[in-house]
Amino acid sequence: MNAPLRRAGVVILVLFGLLFANLNWVQAYKADEYRTNDFNRRVVVAQYERPRGVIEAGGKGLAQNQVTEDALKYLRVYPKKEIYAPVLGYRPVSLAATGIEASENDFLSGESDKLFADRVKDMFTGNNTGGGNIVLSLNTKAQETAYKELLNNERNVKKGAAVAIDPRTGAVQAMVSIPSYDPNPLVSHNEKSAAAAYNKLLKDDDQPLLNRATQETLPPGSTMKVIISAAALSSGQYTQQTEIPAGSSYSESGAVIRNAEDEVCPGSQISLKEALTESCNTGFAKLGVKLGRDKVVEMAKAFGFEDDKLTVGNLTGSGLPVAASHTGDIANPDGSVDKGALAQSSIGQRDVRMTAIQGAMIAATVANGGKQMRPYLVEKELSPDRRTIYTASPKVARTPISDTVAGDLKDMMVSVVENGTGKKAKISGYTVGGKTGTAQNAVGADPHGWFIGFAYNDKGEPISAVCVMLENVSGGHASAEAARISGLIMKAVAGGGGD
Amino acid sequence: MKTHRNAELGLLAFVMVLVAAYGATVEANRIGEITPTFWVPAALLSVLFLGLHVVVRFTAPYADPVLIPAVALINGLGVGFLRRLDIGDALSEKLPVPGIFAGIGGRQLAWTLGSLVLAAVLLLVVRDHKVVSRYAYTLGLVGIVLVMIPAVLPSSLSEVNGAKLWIKLGGFSIQPGEFAKLALVSFFAYYLVRKREVLSLASKRFVGIDFPRGRDLGPVVTVWLLSLLVLVFEKDLGTALLYFGLFVVTLYVATERASWLIIGLLLFFGGVYLAYLLGASVGGPFANFYDRAQVWLDPFALSNYERNGGSYQLVQSLLSLGTGGLFGSGPGAGSPRFVPEVQTDFIFAGMGEEIGLFGLAALLVVYLLIVERGLRAGLGVRDSFGKLVAGGLAFTLGLQVFVILGGITGLIPLTGQTTPFLSAGGSSLMANWLLIAMLLRISNAARGPANSGGGSDRPGPGPKKAPTQLHGAMTEVIQP
Repeated sequence: MNAPLRRAGVVILVLFGLLFANLNWVQAYKADEYRTNDFNRRVVVAQYERPRGVIEAGGKGLAQNQVTEDALKYLRVYPKKEIYAPVLGYRPVSLAATGIEASENDFLSGESDKLFADRVKDMFTGNNTGGGNIVLSLNTKAQETAYKELLNNERNVKKGAAVAIDPRTGAVQAMVSIPSYDPNPLVSHNEKSAAAAYNKLLKDDDQPLLNRATQETLPPGSTMKVIISAAALSSGQYTQQTEIPAGSSYSESGAVIRNAEDEVCPGSQISLKEALTESCNTGFAKLGVKLGRDKVVEMAKAFGFEDDKLTVGNLTGSGLPVAASHTGDIANPDGSVDKGALAQSSIGQRDVRMTAIQGAMIAATVANGGKQMRPYLVEKELSPDRRTIYTASPKVARTPISDTVAGDLKDMMVSVVENGTGKKAKISGYTVGGKTGTAQNAVGADPHGWFIGFAYNDKGEPISAVCVMLENVSGGHASAEAARISGLIMKAVAGGGGD
Repeated sequence: MKTHRNAELGLLAFVMVLVAAYGATVEANRIGEITPTFWVPAALLSVLFLGLHVVVRFTAPYADPVLIPAVALINGLGVGFLRRLDIGDALSEKLPVPGIFAGIGGRQLAWTLGSLVLAAVLLLVVRDHKVVSRYAYTLGLVGIVLVMIPAVLPSSLSEVNGAKLWIKLGGFSIQPGEFAKLALVSFFAYYLVRKREVLSLASKRFVGIDFPRGRDLGPVVTVWLLSLLVLVFEKDLGTALLYFGLFVVTLYVATERASWLIIGLLLFFGGVYLAYLLGASVGGPFANFYDRAQVWLDPFALSNYERNGGSYQLVQSLLSLGTGGLFGSGPGAGSPRFVPEVQTDFIFAGMGEEIGLFGLAALLVVYLLIVERGLRAGLGVRDSFGKLVAGGLAFTLGLQVFVILGGITGLIPLTGQTTPFLSAGGSSLMANWLLIAMLLRISNAARGPANSGGGSDRPGPGPKKAPTQLHGAMTEVIQP
């Protein structure tokens, strides 16, 4: 019986050899993959071993840490809750991070190469100094005013967005979206309750998690007329005073254009400036058709339409993604120009879609003499001990119009606020210009109200450009409420030190 | 003839130093300092093992000197790791460091005492392993009853983590299967020694291998059916593999016919594959096995990972092992609590994060040493019954280590076996220490003078000792 016993010993040897080989596979070959696997809770715990950097603006901490007693040592806290949520996003334990928390994650967590020296220092001192801090360009007063006014708007609108940009630099002064959400429950260390809070927001029909300022595109209505005016002025064939054909109604290839009210431009001719001031639909529809599809589409593109690569965050890195604004095809099935569509597109209807931040960028470009600055949110990156590692240096993104054209447009838009449809945006002591927009969207639905505009201080410096968008405004004059809120935001920027 | 008892004592002292050093490292890593009492668990264990050593000196003086120290090392590290879990749990709850007798580590210490007492009693009562063969049929019956009890009990009284292997009474639970394997080995050995001649009769020769007569297939088919019933009703592939492997190997050793191995392997894997197919199509009692196979095939698939009773345990086990890497984080410096059931089925994975591939490989070598020493006792002992019992027990131990470690490292589908001498729990520890006591008894016969017990087949140069009164002239107790 000894021979089979010895063979049984060999079988055991082989089985243990298999165990050993498999252990090598798991612990040596696969080790790195398993160590960093998403299911590996140690990865999560390690991320909470050192405090994450603070996100701040205007000296106020907007995303901070609270020391906890549990295995994850720091709890992320957002003291301003809903107000900054669309910008900051949130950084949960196991779900995906969003907003600046996601785009600046490497720096905030301390893993960025920029903080390599700090990590090496930590290794020698034994300290865990934490991640780098982010200073946002937001003007806290403007942001809080924008949120408060949007939320408590006089028309009881539930959904909307507002963006304010410094026209000279592209620094975002305010970015608000309603309805918003409280990010704090989403970052709870109790992952079940965090997931429940997330699912509840996800199921909400009003989409509170959607950043309407950057992600939602809607028909821009008459704000589109700024682009048509820019195309006309840039062509060299038009001045502010050029008389353009108008009328109470205009029929083109089956599309019928009427004015908002009968008293708007009923005559057969109106000056370009007057047409913009009164928001003359027939005039701009005819002007757009006359200029042709290419000029209209190209000018829109020059202002930033069709750009699906734009991010707002760090000028040298990533940021919040911005949905591309579109002019639509404006074409018949055979590819030729659909003049009816062109007429409607020229007043911001049909397939034209725009984000709120694109609206603010148009106004900012006009206010900045035709130079469009690339918008950004991250003003500074500070090391854990608050040395400045990065400061945003403003970049010109495009120059869609000349200084002269910008000057004419500015005059025309100031006229809109002083004499025309945008009177509600006026601020005493400042020169305010802008353009209203009321966009029909679905049959039977209330129109969206838009306002894009800018404000100059008494030294003639453009201090702010804004866009306010309100969805489905009831009670008529949809854009008036947007204009009023725009004025208050710019006033907040001005009052908060202006620069 | 040398007894090598002093070598055993020396080895025992060495492994207890290792256990004490492990305890000290755990405290340094977890508490941040080595407490003045770090050596106490190791010292208590030393006293216990010393007690067994003394019993062996008097009752089995020629027993293999490596077995006790090797098992003591694993047992001691098990207690040390369980105490490490207690310390970790207490610190994360902001409680003071628990006392030596508190928590699962303390309980394991108590179980070790109980197990060693049982082992000593076995050595004292069973002075000759052949005596056991007198009770072979009783043991066989007891073994089958022990295996079947969890299967017939309602799930609420027998199911833990999807496997029905337990008897749960109040807060107390035992795994009867752990004891059943001892009884079954004894029964198989007796039965096969009686039947070996019939079973080795050849009828047909096929590709160079003699196959048995059809009518002799009865017993192997019976055990095969029983083990498949275990697979389906106790929902546990590992246990089925254990019993069936045990039977086939003792059958092979008894008859020296390789054809039995081939028939056995074909039957078993054919049965398993059939159960897998039935699980996929019919479901019902086979569904659990099919599920486990799915989990094993792709543990990282989200559908498997997030499912209740899915691959969560296996994945966390693999991640724990992977995080440990080659050298591990050091005893006490890992996060074993991320591994579910880390004190029982997954203790090897929990330790693997902290002692790394090198530490686990060393543990594997110690297990291998125990198994090969057991087989050696079988080789050395003269009587057939002793050979089959020693070989069967040692092989079962090795197979059990393979089944559980293979399961938690993803080599084979995961099953609910305990890791011998390491896992928290009294049933497993007691049964395996009884197994070791039986191996000590047989190795004593194998290594001792020829007329003391079973005798040695090696021409020993030493002087022959006078036969003791209990080890009479009984050289062949097996009745035809």
